[in-house]
Parts: sequence; C-alpha cells; structure tokens
Amino acid sequence: MIEMKGVNKVYQKGVQALANINLKIEKGEFVFLVGPSGAGKSTFIKLLLKEEEPTEGQINIDSQDITNLSRRKVPYLRRNIGVIFQDFRLLPNKTVFENVAFAMQIIEASSKDIRRQVPMVLGMVGLSDRASQYPHQLSGGERQRVSIARAIVNNPSILIADEPTGNLDPETAWEIMKVLRQINRRGTTVLMATHAKEIVDVMQQRVIALERGKIVRDQQRGAYGYED
Amino acid sequence: MKIRTVKYMFRQGLVGLWRNRGMSVASIGSVAASLVVLGLIITLVLNINNVAELTQMQFDSIQVYLNEGLDQNEVQEIGQRIGSIDGVQLVEYESKEQALKNMKERWGEQGYLLEYLENNPLPNSFIISMETLEDADGIVAELQKLEGIDEIKYYKEIIENLLKIAGFIRTVGLVLILILILVAMFIISNTIKLTLNARRQEINIMKYVGATNWFIRWPFVLEGMALGLSGALIAVLVVYFGYQYTFQIISDRFTVMVSAYMIGTRAMMHTTISMFSVLGAGVGALGSFISLRKHLRV
Ligand SMILES: Nc1ncnc2c1ncn2[C@@H]1O[C@H](COP(=O)(O)OP(=O)(O)OP(=O)(O)O)[C@@H](O)[C@H]1O
Ligand SMILES: [Mg+2]
Repeated sequence: MIEMKGVNKVYQKGVQALANINLKIEKGEFVFLVGPSGAGKSTFIKLLLKEEEPTEGQINIDSQDITNLSRRKVPYLRRNIGVIFQDFRLLPNKTVFENVAFAMQIIEASSKDIRRQVPMVLGMVGLSDRASQYPHQLSGGERQRVSIARAIVNNPSILIADEPTGNLDPETAWEIMKVLRQINRRGTTVLMATHAKEIVDVMQQRVIALERGKIVRDQQRGAYGYED
Repeated sequence: MKIRTVKYMFRQGLVGLWRNRGMSVASIGSVAASLVVLGLIITLVLNINNVAELTQMQFDSIQVYLNEGLDQNEVQEIGQRIGSIDGVQLVEYESKEQALKNMKERWGEQGYLLEYLENNPLPNSFIISMETLEDADGIVAELQKLEGIDEIKYYKEIIENLLKIAGFIRTVGLVLILILILVAMFIISNTIKLTLNARRQEINIMKYVGATNWFIRWPFVLEGMALGLSGALIAVLVVYFGYQYTFQIISDRFTVMVSAYMIGTRAMMHTTISMFSVLGAGVGALGSFISLRKHLRV
C-alpha cells in the first residue's frame, strides 16, 4: 500500500517537480504513471525509494510513515521495493545467475536460499536456460528480464519500473509486460512510469497522469490519453 | 555479520587492491616511508633519552682527579674541604687501584683487556654526590679554588645537552611525521576513490537492492586498512634490519661501551610493531573514510 498526502517536491534552483500530490495505491494494484517529459514521474519514484526527500507532505508505505525514516533504516525499506530501469543496470562481469544472486548476497541470504530462489525467479521470467550467460550475450528483452528477476528475487511487496520498455522494440516490450502482469497477479503491487501509449491503452489498468508536477487524471481502467 | 559476508568483504577488498595495483603500491610505499622516518625518529629519541638517563644515574656526581704524588695528609685535607662545600652530600675517596677494579667490572667481558696495562693510568680521585644537580655549578666553582686538584669531571652539561637534542628531534620529527602521514592518507584516499569509481555501478545496484551502508563501506575500509598495514609491515622490517645492523656496527667498530647504552633490538621492536600496526591501519581506515565521505552518498 502506497499513500501520499500533500506531497510537494521542490528541487534546488526552485524547480517544482511535484505539487500537492494526494493518492492511494492499494496492495496488488497495477498502476501506470504517465505524462509528458519532465512531468515528475521519476521524481515520484525517487520519493518512494527515498533517493529524494519530499519538501513537504507525508508518504506511507505499507502503513509505515517513511517521511522521517532514519537513513539507517532506508536499506530495509528498499528491500521491500523492487526496482527496474530503462537501462537494465546489470553487472557486465557477472553471469545472469550471479547478477540475480547478487541481490540476495547483499542482504546476507544463505547460499542454500540463493540456490533455491534464483532458479525459481529465472524460471518465472523465462530465462532458466540462460543462467550461465553474460549480459552482453543477451538481447535487450532478455536483459530486462534478468533485471526483473533481480528486482523480485527478495520477494518485495512493491515493484517499481521507470520506463522499463523504453529501450525495447514493441514486440519485446510486450514480453516484458506479460512478465510484469504475471508478477502482479501473484499479489505484488506494480507501479510503472511509461511513455508507451499502446501498452497503456491495451492493458486497461489504473492510469495516473502527471503534468507539471500535478495529478491531472487518475482513472481505473484508463488509457494513455496523449498523442506522443 | 555472517561469515560469508566477512568473506565477501575481504574478497572485494582484495579485488580493489589488485585492480589499482599501481596506486596500491604507491599507497603502501608512502605509508612505509612515513613509518620508516617515524622509526628513525623514535630510535633516536628513545636512545638519546636512554643514554641521558643512564649517564644521569652513573654520573649524577662530580669526580675530582687528584694530582699525582700527594701524601695522605694532603689528600685528607682536600677531602675535608670538599665536604664543607654547600650542597655536597657525600664525599668518597677512590684510590687508583680501586678505580681500575671498578672499570674492569664495568667493561664486563672485555675487562681482560685492562690486564695488559703496564701501570695504572687512572688517578686517585674523590667522588662527590650532590644534593641536587642544580648545585653542580656552584660546587665546581668552589672546587676550582682548591689546591692539589688535577681535573674536575662533571656531566651536567652533557646530560642537559642530550636531553635538549632529544627534545629538538622529537619536535621536528613530530611535525615531519604529521606531514608524511597526511600525505600517506591523501594517497590512500585517492586509491580508494579509484576503486569507488570502478565499482560505482555495483554500488548503485547495491543501494537499490537494500544493502546497508556498512555493507557497502566495509570493503573499502578493509582495502584502506590493508594498504596501511602492508606499509607498516615493510616499515617494521626496514626498521628491524636497519636497527640490528646499526647496533652490530656500533658494537663492532666502537666499543661495547657505546652499544651498552643503546636499547636492545628486541625491546625496540616491541614498541615499533604495535605502534606501526595501529598507525598503519588507522591511516588506511581514515584515508578510506575521507574518500567515502566525499564520494559515496549512501
Ligand atoms: N536532481 C534534480 N535537480 C533539479 N531538478 C531536477 C532534478 N531531477 C529532476 N529535476 C527536474 O524536475 C522535473 C521533473 O523531472 P522528472 O525526472 O521527475 O520527470 P519525468 O516525468 O521522469 O520525465 P521523463 O519522462 O523525461 O523521464 C524536471 O523539470 C526536471 O528537470
Ligand atoms: Mg523519468
């Protein structure tokens, strides 16, 4: 569950990236975050991850007020939120398996758990037979699926994606959407910032539209609504 | 922290060291150089202090050599006059025979050398103990007025000068050391910065996946400490062999009299090893902290 109350974000030099955001996203929802470039989508995501602090307002995640969370507790917040990005962010000198296992190692999971859990998520994203390959041997879609596997391997309750299909051709993008939808069906809340009109229109999920930092539309089973 | 995590930290630290081996060598070298200089200064200061202390114990007294050929009455008279000088605590007569015997004892193993002397070159003397060292100048002035005295030996100035030199070396040394250590820390922090840059992507991912700050920092701190400790190890070896060699040369070329005043190699290394380890590790850890503070926002 994600909740924002009266959230403002003003960057240095006075850029207002978010203005008076109020919203609630329930557990298990699938939400698209749309809007023109510079509307504040990435800023919205950064606030949830505590990469940036809100200038004003309150943010709750799973009923916990994270607004004044101490820096020491931020890592534990992030363990509950998986993230994927447009540029995949895989480690080039690690295999697919190692890239995913890395996320478990750094939260000090046992190697027994790692050996069990990593093949399972690789199976979920359809990469069971690619475990020992390196990122440069994979296609863009496959790389993004590795990054999804890494994001969900620690069983987060929320998965956040910032333009996950931005670097992919439409067909590959759809493969990624299928994986995300499947993860969502298992109960994980999915929040996806995107410019992919076709995907948003076809998926028929909740759409939150931002413009110049304000929510201009919040629609169940919505459409993209822009012509770009 | 779990064992496998500790293993992971050490592995990452080693990978960092190897990746920037050029800078690693430079860091280790600069730590080693600083500590060797520190070792040199410590050696000098400790030894000078030691000599000053020993001489003070042995010569916290004034020795008055008497002219040859005085008769017993004259000697007794001089003794009484000395006894009446202000600040004199005790006057002891040492005959030339007794003096030679004492010298043989002091020379220990090499005492046999004195047996080949044809006649005893040492004079009869009075040994004066003072109430305090400060009275020395006054007493000497009075002694100079007496007849029948050949030479007055006292060591106040030598002791004072030794202590002055030790103090001077210590002050200059401390400043020098401080500068050298700052330089070493700067070089280490730059080495760590290289590792930090090489691992930027990895660190970025670690943050998103929820690694704790210390999990991210430890490998760098370990890398810094390893650099510092390696430098310390080299410095310890250099100081050890250097000191042993010098000790040897001094006892061979000069006499045991000199090396007897030096602190033994073993005692010297006790101080050095513990001090260098702490300093090396400390400088390394601080160097990484500087880098982490500046370049790693976790
Ligand atoms: N670190 C920052 N410092 C200052 N201004 C920033 C910073 N990050 C973003 N901004 C500004 O805040 C506004 C919102 O940026 P944001 O990245 O959230 O937009 P976005 O909706 O993700 O855009 P895009 O679709 O292009 O990714 C923009 O005007 C941007 O220039
Ligand atoms: Mg963005």
